[in-house]
Amino acid sequence: MKLVIGIVRPEQANEVLEALYRAEVRGFSISRVQGHGGELDRVETYRGTTVKMGLSEKVRFEVAVSDSFVQTTVDALREGARTGEVGDGKIFVLPLEQAVRIRTDDVDVEAVTPVAKS
Amino acid sequence: MSGLTAAVAGVDTGDTAWMLVATALVLMMTPALGLFYAGLVRSKNTLNTFMMCVAAIAVATVTWAAVGYSIAFDGDGSIVGGLGHAFLNGVDFAPREGTTIPELVFFAFQATFCIITVALVSGAVVERMRFGPFLVFAALWSVLVYAVLAHWAFGGGWLQAGGTLDFAGGIPVEMGSGFSALAAALVVGARKDYGRQALLPHNAVYVLLGAGLLWFGWFGFNGGSGFSTGDASVLAFTNTLLCPACTLIVWFALDLLRGRKVTAIGAATAIVVGCVAITPAGGFISPGWAMLLGALAALPSYAIIVWRTRTRVDETLDVLAAHGTAGLFGILFIGFFAELAWNGVSDGLFYGNAAQLGDQALAALAAPAYAFVVTCVLLKAIDVVMPLRSTAKEEALGMDVVQHGEEAYVTGEGAILVVPEDGGPVGAAVADPG
Repeated sequence: MKLVIGIVRPEQANEVLEALYRAEVRGFSISRVQGHGGELDRVETYRGTTVKMGLSEKVRFEVAVSDSFVQTTVDALREGARTGEVGDGKIFVLPLEQAVRIRTDDVDVEAVTPVAKS
Repeated sequence: MSGLTAAVAGVDTGDTAWMLVATALVLMMTPALGLFYAGLVRSKNTLNTFMMCVAAIAVATVTWAAVGYSIAFDGDGSIVGGLGHAFLNGVDFAPREGTTIPELVFFAFQATFCIITVALVSGAVVERMRFGPFLVFAALWSVLVYAVLAHWAFGGGWLQAGGTLDFAGGIPVEMGSGFSALAAALVVGARKDYGRQALLPHNAVYVLLGAGLLWFGWFGFNGGSGFSTGDASVLAFTNTLLCPACTLIVWFALDLLRGRKVTAIGAATAIVVGCVAITPAGGFISPGWAMLLGALAALPSYAIIVWRTRTRVDETLDVLAAHGTAGLFGILFIGFFAELAWNGVSDGLFYGNAAQLGDQALAALAAPAYAFVVTCVLLKAIDVVMPLRSTAKEEALGMDVVQHGEEAYVTGEGAILVVPEDGGPVGAAVADPG
């Protein structure tokens, strides 16, 4: 089991969602984060106060998957998030010790495998 | 314009007092529209959308003072007025011909109409049109389209001379903005994500608050268009309460039929549609007919909103449906239900005067055609000199940051103060040192 974390542009989030659905990756969570990579800073001015905005808005996808799904998930994130410009984001793959589905007490691979809606 | 008795010599203080207030009410409608529009776009375009309305106040006020007012209200040429009032020449404390208010007040009142009409058109092109070309468009459009249509309807031009009735601006304001908006949407083109992603309103409370403030201001808009505290103004004022309320009820019913729920953004839209519909008819129809007008006007506007979103035409904030369609409906409604006993001017078809309907239909054909064609040509011409659109990348980032260097909902986290010593070229993105 791995935890795949993808940090992407907010404007690409929809593309990533579509790519994940196409890849049949059904379970994930997203959150809005701010971060800094190598991108250009935006300069903004508010009533004469000029600031460099060091942090950019990003969307963070977290996807817990069984090993056989890791590459599919990474590919979907990469494909959906890429624009070719600096600031497209990062993908991290982390080992995952345990997963529990709260409703059923399923653990590990069963817990990260979506069940059909009954 | 209409609904007035014979010219009165001198200024009436009561009329003038009301018109001063009405002018301020109508001016407030433009920031209210900014709020309404800003709530309807995505959060990354909030400020740009609002700023187009603010820009309309800046640009249209100046063009109106320079030549717009004169073209609309100097002399009674058939197509355009003269240049006798250019740069406010002769606009002073003497009463405006046909009214009991100083021409200065009359000028300011009419200026606020020009301003909001320019701002209305922006609804068609938000989220992708660059700010610079919009300023140029606003300046030229306010003169070439608005002032000309205002002359036709109010300034003694061919429509008014021919007997067409338009109380408060169904022709120049509502049809003028609505059909220009359609043209602008077609020339500028759809947003890059239009039809592919759900592009949702980011703050429905802004939309409702904006609609509420618009309605409030509309009492000055319609109630002031009699230029007095006389019967026509009183009738239009009360009709401005009755008509939109009926539109709301019918809109609720349509929402229920279609989606089984009454929507807030639908309600905000209905308020605008109802106010638009009563705009041309306010001082000409009885309160009872005004209520029917409000109820019926919901139908074509609702239908066009439903239909438009299924097309490739990204007329983003539905100016055509809310203003063009409801304005046209109100203009035609006068032709049926105008009532001499209420307005002292003319009857409609229902009261035995079929000719009035003909006059109204003529305006409903001519004004949309003129607005559409001139706006197309104007935007194509501007596009040759300065591109109308932002790039796809800029559109993705959002117009607030790209066009204004500001964000509506900035947290300040991670913001580094640029002090003059180490400040690079302000206004351009600087390369990250680390």
